[in-house]
Amino acid sequence: MNVAVAKTGKGRAVSDLFTSAEGRLPGSPAVIAARREAFETYERLGLPHRRIEEWKYTDLRALVGEVLPLAANPDAAALKRAADAVKAHAIAGARKLVLVDGAFVADLSDVKALASEVGFKTLGDTLAKDAGLLKTASSDAVIALNAAMATDGVVLSIADGTQLSAPIQIIHIATATSASAFTRSQVVIGKGARATIIESFVSAGATAYQINDAVIVSVGDNADVAHIRLMDDAPDAVNITSQFVTVGANTKVNFFNMTTGAAVSRLQGFITLAGEGSELSANGVNLLQKTEHGDTTLVVDHAVPNCVSREIFRAVLDDRAHSVFQGRIIVRPDAQKTDGKMMIRALLLSDEAEAYNKPELEIFADDVSCGHGATAGALDDSLLFYLKARGLPEKQAQALLIQAFVGEAIEQIADDDLREHVIGIAERWLERRQ
Amino acid sequence: MTALLEVKDLQVRVEEREILHGLTLTVNEGQVHAIMGPNGSGKSTLSHVIAGKPGYEVTGGQILFKGEDLLEMKPEERAAKGVFLAFQYPVEIPGVATMNFLRTALNAQRKARGESEYSTPDFLKKVREVSKSLNIPQDMLKRGVNVGFSGGEKKRNEVLQMALFEPSLCILDEMDSGLDIDALRIAADGVNALRSPKRAMVVITHYQRLLNYIVPDVVHVMSKGRVVKSGGKELALELEASGYAQFEDAA
Repeated sequence: MNVAVAKTGKGRAVSDLFTSAEGRLPGSPAVIAARREAFETYERLGLPHRRIEEWKYTDLRALVGEVLPLAANPDAAALKRAADAVKAHAIAGARKLVLVDGAFVADLSDVKALASEVGFKTLGDTLAKDAGLLKTASSDAVIALNAAMATDGVVLSIADGTQLSAPIQIIHIATATSASAFTRSQVVIGKGARATIIESFVSAGATAYQINDAVIVSVGDNADVAHIRLMDDAPDAVNITSQFVTVGANTKVNFFNMTTGAAVSRLQGFITLAGEGSELSANGVNLLQKTEHGDTTLVVDHAVPNCVSREIFRAVLDDRAHSVFQGRIIVRPDAQKTDGKMMIRALLLSDEAEAYNKPELEIFADDVSCGHGATAGALDDSLLFYLKARGLPEKQAQALLIQAFVGEAIEQIADDDLREHVIGIAERWLERRQ
Repeated sequence: MTALLEVKDLQVRVEEREILHGLTLTVNEGQVHAIMGPNGSGKSTLSHVIAGKPGYEVTGGQILFKGEDLLEMKPEERAAKGVFLAFQYPVEIPGVATMNFLRTALNAQRKARGESEYSTPDFLKKVREVSKSLNIPQDMLKRGVNVGFSGGEKKRNEVLQMALFEPSLCILDEMDSGLDIDALRIAADGVNALRSPKRAMVVITHYQRLLNYIVPDVVHVMSKGRVVKSGGKELALELEASGYAQFEDAA
C-alpha cells in the first residue's frame, strides 16, 4: 500500500487535521495520548478504499477524497439556526439532547427533565477522567479517526429497572459548511430497563459538511429497547456512523435506520448478542436519489445460543443513486439454536441506479436455522398498469408501490407513533419526487 | 342512440406480429355487447388496447370514446373519462391496503375530472354500501389489494371497483375464467345491478354460459383479429351448438 496517503488529494498534510484541532479536543493528558495513538492508526491506514474488503463498495478515497477541518464551536448565529432546526425535527414528547457541529448544547437540551430518570454526562466530562470510551474493538480507520477527533457526545446511563417515561432524542445539527464534526456517545441500559432512543441527523443551513459519529450501546438482561435512527443530512453532506451494540440475555432490541439524505452515507453496525434468549429486530430503509450513495453495513454476532435475529432492509434508488447493503451474520461455535434471518431488497427506479447487496453467513454451530435473501429489481409493470387503469397517474402509482415496498421494513418498528413518524418521512420523500 | 365507443378499422401489432387486422365495432349507450371467439382471436388484445396497456402498437384505425380519440389518452386519463377494464387476472398488490387503493383511485379520477375529492367518512359510507350489496366482507377490504383472495373474491373486487368508480364503459375480460357457478352468479348479479341506460358493457368470453347471467343485446364473433359475425343473443347459443370452426374458415 502506498504510504503517500498521509497527504490528501488537495495536498494538505493529514496530520494538520489533528495538530490544528488538538487544542480543542477534551481529555486528560492520558486521553490526549490515546487520541494521538488513534490518529497514528488512521494516518497509517488513510481513508478506506475499495481494496479494503469491508469498504469495497464504498470507496471513501474516491467518494470523499479528504477529511475536512474540524468545525468551529457554534457561535450565537449558528445556535439560533440550530434552535430552529430543533423545533422542526423534535419528536413530540421526546427529551432532547442536542449536538451542534459536534458540541453539546445544554441550552437546547432537556437535561433537567432527563436527569430525573437517566444518568447524563457529556463525552468531555467523561474523558476528563479516563480514555475508556475512546477504545473500541475495531481496526477500522474511520473509527480510529473518530477516537482521535471526537469533540463531544452524550453519555447516558439508564439504571436497572428504569422504565423511561419518554423517548430520548439525540439531535445532531450541522450549521458549519465545509467542516467536519466528530461525535462519540455511549448509552448504557440497565437490566430490566425499557428505553426508546432516537437519533436524528439534520442540517441547519450547512452544506458539504462531514459527520463521523460513533455510538456505543450496551443493553442489560431482560431489557426492552427501541433504537431509531433518522439520517436526513444535507444532500451534499457525508455521514459515516459506527455503532457498537452489546445485548444481554432475554432482551428485545428493535432497531431501525432511515436514510433520506447525504451524498455519501454509511451506517456500520456491530451488534453482539451476548446473552441467551434475546431477540434482535434490525431493519432499515434507504431512500436515495440523484448521485447519493447510501451504505448499510451490519454485522450481527450470535455469540451465545438461543437468540433470534431478524433483518429486513429496503433501498429505493432513483436517478444515479447507489445503495450498498452488507449484512453479515456470525454464529459462534457455541451459539446452537440460533435463528437468524436477513432479507435485503432494492428497488431501482432508474436504469442508471445501482444496488450492491452482499449477504454473508458465517456459521460455526451445527444446530441453527439461518437464512438470507437479496433481490434487486424494478417496479412491476403489471402492477403499475393496474393502478393506472384505475386512474392513478404514473408518479402516484409508483408512490403507492414504493410505500408498499418500504412498508415491509417500516412495519417492524414496534412503537406506533414512531412508525407513523417514519411513514411520514417516506411520504414526504415520495412527494418531493412528484 | 348515442355511440359511446367506436372502434374503426383497428390494426394492432405486438412485437412485429399483427393481432388485429381492421376491427370495427360500435357500442351505444345502455347496450351490453358480448365478444366471443376462440383463443388467439384477439379479444383480450382489444380490451388491453382500449384500456391503454403498453406493449401494443396501433398501426392503423382509431378508437373514439364519447367522440374523443381514446388512443391519444394515457391509461389514467381513460379511466377518469369513464373507461373501466375488469381484468381477467386481477393482480395482487401486497402492502397496498384495498381501502387505501380504492380511495386513492377514486379521488385521482375525481380530481382529473375537476370534481371535489371524497372526504374519508363519505368514502367509507359509499364503500360500505357497495361492498354490502356484493357480499364483500369488511376484512377483505383491510387486506392488501387482492392478496390471498380467491378467484371469486378477485372478480368481486373488480365489480366493487366498477360500482364505486361508476364508469360509462365497462369491459369485462373473461370474467368467468376461474370461477365456479356460485362465484360466477354473484359477480354477474353485481354486473347486472350496474346496467343502466347511460352505461355500456363489453363482455368478452369464450363460453355462452356467462351470457346466461349477463344477457347481451348484441353478440359479436371474433376470429383472427376481426369481427366476422354480429347478431342478437341467439347467436351465442348457435355458437355453443356449432363451435367456432365455421368462422375460422370465413376469416
